[in-house]
Amino acid sequence: MKSAKELDEIAAKLRKNSYTPKERMAIPLQEMPVQAPEVRIHNMDEVALGFSENQAIVEASRCLGCKNHPCVEGCPVRIDIPGFVSHVASGDMKGAYSVISQSSLLPAICGRVCPQENQCQKFCTVGKMHKDIEQSVGIGRLERYVADAMSAQGYEIIPEVAAATGKKVAVVGSGPASIAAAADLRKAGHEVFMFEALHKGGGVLVYGIPEFRLPKKIVASEIGKLEKMGVHIQTNFLVGRTMTLDALMKEEGFDAVFVGSGAGLPKLLGVPGENLVGVFSANEYLTRSNLMHSYDPDHALTPAIKSEKVAVFGGGNVAMDAARTALRLGASEVTIVYRRSENELPARHEEVGHAKEEGVHFLFLHAPVEVQGDDKGRVTGVVLQTCVLGEPDASGRRSPVPVEGSEKFYQFDTVIAAIGNGSNPLIKMTTPQIETNRRGNFIVNEETLETSIPGVFAGGDIVLGAATVILAMGQGRQAAKAMNEYLSGK
Amino acid sequence: MNRIVKKEQWSPEVFSMDIECPLVARQHKAGQFIILQLGGDFNERIPLTVADKDVEKGTITIVFQTVGATTHLLARKNVGDDIPNILGPLGHPTDIEKFGKVVCVGGGIGVAPLYPIAQAMKAAGNDVKIIIGARTKNLVIMEDKMRSIDPDLTIVTDDGSYGRKALVTVPLKEFCENWHPDEAVAIGPPVMMKFCALTTQPFGVKTVVSLNTIMIDGTGMCGGCRVSIGGQTKFVCVDGPEFDGHQVDWNNMLSRLGTFKPQEAEEHHRCHLDLGIPEGKA
Ligand SMILES: Cc1cc2nc3c(=O)[nH]c(=O)nc-3n(C[C@H](O)[C@H](O)[C@H](O)COP(=O)(O)OP(=O)(O)OC[C@H]3O[C@@H](n4cnc5c(N)ncnc54)[C@H](O)[C@@H]3O)c2cc1C
Ligand SMILES: Cc1cc2nc3c(=O)[nH]c(=O)nc-3n(C[C@H](O)[C@H](O)[C@H](O)COP(=O)(O)OP(=O)(O)OC[C@H]3O[C@@H](n4cnc5c(N)ncnc54)[C@H](O)[C@@H]3O)c2cc1C
Ligand code: SF4
Ligand code: SF4
Ligand code: FES
Repeated sequence: MKSAKELDEIAAKLRKNSYTPKERMAIPLQEMPVQAPEVRIHNMDEVALGFSENQAIVEASRCLGCKNHPCVEGCPVRIDIPGFVSHVASGDMKGAYSVISQSSLLPAICGRVCPQENQCQKFCTVGKMHKDIEQSVGIGRLERYVADAMSAQGYEIIPEVAAATGKKVAVVGSGPASIAAAADLRKAGHEVFMFEALHKGGGVLVYGIPEFRLPKKIVASEIGKLEKMGVHIQTNFLVGRTMTLDALMKEEGFDAVFVGSGAGLPKLLGVPGENLVGVFSANEYLTRSNLMHSYDPDHALTPAIKSEKVAVFGGGNVAMDAARTALRLGASEVTIVYRRSENELPARHEEVGHAKEEGVHFLFLHAPVEVQGDDKGRVTGVVLQTCVLGEPDASGRRSPVPVEGSEKFYQFDTVIAAIGNGSNPLIKMTTPQIETNRRGNFIVNEETLETSIPGVFAGGDIVLGAATVILAMGQGRQAAKAMNEYLSGK
Repeated sequence: MNRIVKKEQWSPEVFSMDIECPLVARQHKAGQFIILQLGGDFNERIPLTVADKDVEKGTITIVFQTVGATTHLLARKNVGDDIPNILGPLGHPTDIEKFGKVVCVGGGIGVAPLYPIAQAMKAAGNDVKIIIGARTKNLVIMEDKMRSIDPDLTIVTDDGSYGRKALVTVPLKEFCENWHPDEAVAIGPPVMMKFCALTTQPFGVKTVVSLNTIMIDGTGMCGGCRVSIGGQTKFVCVDGPEFDGHQVDWNNMLSRLGTFKPQEAEEHHRCHLDLGIPEGKA
């Protein structure tokens, strides 16, 4: 990393825009400042600290402004990346923010949690020329910088709301899909009611993704923006139980509904002993910590889970989050057990790296056979079987094949299942006429995201299966667009 | 929102509250429950059964026993106070049909959730017998309400201070032998429900129990409430709360309830200190 003085010099030269492409290629990638691993495992504060202004300007200046901008194709919501990055390079953060805002409503969030190495940054010319994706322009980091800089200056764009249309729209859930849909529907002048089952809005952003990756005050400020736009947010309302979807439309007079109910149905291990005391779904483990704040036992009434040796099953973001939370809750040893090999880990690279730095162990090519317990029904350990990689499966990843006779007992006192989420079945259960696929995901028109019930649209994880924040947000906007058209013809 | 409009103390540890909650009152059916949270970032979410409702007034009645931090804090709320968060009604309603003869068994605080079920069973044309049990006389609740459903109501106490000195399983067995019920409903402490199920099993009397597992969201998201029913994992909040008592893996259910015992004991103690309640008092 360069010293502050050197950065000043580079930045000054950049502002004058006197670099050639070749020189640009030589500008060093800006590393993200982070809390030191030995410090951060004892607190819940954000791990990545964010760029300084000069770092952002320098990083932005690595962008070549490619005419064909392949990065944009990699972004699910097609942010004009070279457009906003050039504003950052010239120090115009407001300009950058307004470019981003045309496509993304949640830059402070997506800049932090997007799997950039599989999206925008995967296609970046700079990375390609260095033959190393890690060398791509840090698009996500810049996006985060812009959003943070704006909120640090107290600069907030509350989108303008069109004249009232007299139409009433319900938005079910308050995750990223619903936040995006609600904002766009409100902008068009409809009266929007958001119904959330939990006592706080934000969906997975509040109960799943930990504070150390996504500070909850960012999510709260996005929800606050919706309120300032005049969206009515009703928490503690479970559509299907407090009122059915049908009743909302027929009795309460909603003209259209967007369902963004997410993928909140935890998959359990599916082996004997999965219900022993000490076996948790990642959802439960993370909700206790994030939503209920059990990591702060001096204040929280929800008890924290005290563990010594923790096994986390899975290899995605959820597994990394659970493992790193376990460390912060005081576990002395945390092991991620994954059926495939390191190459197939679906989690973001950055999170895997952070987990390793923090001392999380990885046991690849192992799968659970049985959870064992003592006479009080508490977990004592797990019998694992080794696996070898077989032929690629439908997802294109090589599937693990267990090796008979390789069973071995490993001692653990806590077991966390982070092997995926199915779709929340409650709405289907109480509205049987809605068509779903075999996995319980809503079947929608690809263009409009309308479900089999006219006027009911859906997006995010309830349609895609467990996906990503940016895809959920993108679908929320896509559905809102179709809904605005549907409502104008009504 | 969710204003407390009536509060009664029925015993040192048992309270009843009527709370304005029109949406829940309107949708509620016997057997369903709510999740309640006392606000802020740090309060826990606890499940409580809706023991009664008044759709006109838009109120629901909860009856609860002070066992830990949240129920103690709740007991300190008064008429006019608001409960910040109430979600419901949750869970499947009780399967109410004309079965013929139904024996309803309530233990301790379990009498409260049993009341709307017994009422609905009666309304559906069943012949209803009720057994209520408690540790001691001043813990017997809702006697009059229950007697209005079954004038021959059986009362038992552990110490014989009121009614018969027996456990609820004694009259339950007698009913199985002499009255031949078509269905039993048992609600109370898990150990009581377990032994009720064991009592009726030899007679082949289907026994519905309402499981009170630990919960967080109540929407099927966390899996913390799960139990093993006939070898299959079920979520009490969405698949229950009522199950066939003969299928429940009681030992697993009981040990799961104790998951946080050590931490909660500490909590309970601290809560007493904070509230200035002497140890041993509610
Ligand atoms: C631990 C974890 C880590 C993750 N990490 C990342 C990451 O790093 N990057 C990334 O891009 N993605 C990540 N994801 C995935 C991402 O969070 C989801 O894809 C995204 O949140 C889905 O958004 P959504 O709006 O569809 O639903 P959700 O965020 O799931 O929100 C759904 C909301 O609807 C509510 N709801 C459900 N049913 C009802 C009902 N009937 N009535 C009322 N309300 C209801 C729920 O309570 C919930 O609040 C992660 C997921 C988890 C669990
Ligand atoms: C569907 C359902 C309906 C319920 N209805 C009622 C009701 O109508 N009235 C009522 O008084 N209680 C009811 N309960 C139990 C009630 O939820 C618990 O008493 C409450 O959660 C305790 O919270 P606390 O913070 O006061 O105690 P905590 O400090 O959380 O717990 C104190 C002690 O109680 C035990 N405990 C914790 N959670 C439960 C639980 N869910 N059930 C039983 N014991 C528990 C623990 O082992 C602990 O040792 C119901 C539970 C369920 C699942
Ligand atoms: S939203 Fe995500 S994919 Fe799109 S540019 Fe930003 S970080 Fe990249
Ligand atoms: S591909 Fe990379 S270098 Fe090219 S415009 Fe996009 S971010 Fe800039
Ligand atoms: S309480 Fe969370 S799934 Fe039932």
